Amino acid sequence: MSAIQPNIQPPVSEEMELVRRAKRGDDSAFEELVRRYDRNVFRIAQHITQNREDAEDVVQDAFLKAYGNLAQFQEQSKFYTWLVRIAVNEALMRLRRRRPERMVSLDEEVKTEDDSLPREVADWSPNPEQMYNQAELRDILTRTIQGLPPGFRTVFVLRDVEGLSTEETAQALELSIPAVKSRLLRARLQLRDRLSRYFQKRASGDGDK
Amino acid sequence: MKCAEFLNELTNYLDGALDDRTKSELEDHLAWCHNCYVVCDTTRKTIEIYRNSELYELPDDLRGRLQTAIMGKCSAHKEKKSGPQKA
Repeated sequence: MSAIQPNIQPPVSEEMELVRRAKRGDDSAFEELVRRYDRNVFRIAQHITQNREDAEDVVQDAFLKAYGNLAQFQEQSKFYTWLVRIAVNEALMRLRRRRPERMVSLDEEVKTEDDSLPREVADWSPNPEQMYNQAELRDILTRTIQGLPPGFRTVFVLRDVEGLSTEETAQALELSIPAVKSRLLRARLQLRDRLSRYFQKRASGDGDK
Repeated sequence: MKCAEFLNELTNYLDGALDDRTKSELEDHLAWCHNCYVVCDTTRKTIEIYRNSELYELPDDLRGRLQTAIMGKCSAHKEKKSGPQKA
């Protein structure tokens, strides 16, 4: 089996050039950075907050905060990693505001089930995505990922959906690399396990939809 | 390699971050352990399905409104910072 390749991101030097122009007061350069990353920030924010209005506010607040603090950006990481860090913090703040009864933190100790493998693992259909129509599939994927604790969900989204490296994810979330790897493994296994109930191979005769 | 060891290395394996020796041990294990093969294969599919899912795409009209709002707030921030201009 081959390794999964992360999403390709634009070269750093070109991005840094935009950042430097923006730092010198060129708003069109900052606008280009907004256009480049607004979709990513929106996705991340909605995954964390699970609320569209909050996600819209997070996009605005995160970019405004980045704009106001651009001078403090030391250029030791990619601009995008720094922006994601701001966006994740804004999103967690919104989530806490909506759920004051629950402690929401990336550091929360999440009780995990025994990591040992189940004895019987049901295989999936060869093309599980084709078992459902687009709306049904989207609903399944949304409900499944929303069931993960925020700390796991965020690591999975940054690493596997947005394609950040393990090191970038650690930087963006201020976590150690072992913590990112451990959460990523648990998130992937929990999602796999939960999706199995929808995607497992049907008994012969039932066939794929 | 035992199943628990395989599980510990699964993320590194899927990310292509294993040294050749561990990778070869893991693949030997996958060749005879059906459960681990299924877990590995379906975990890879889980990642691919989410990566291709286009969940929470930003619609063009909302995107346009957000960009305008962001740049408007940035201009206001700049003006506030530079203070009132003399006539």
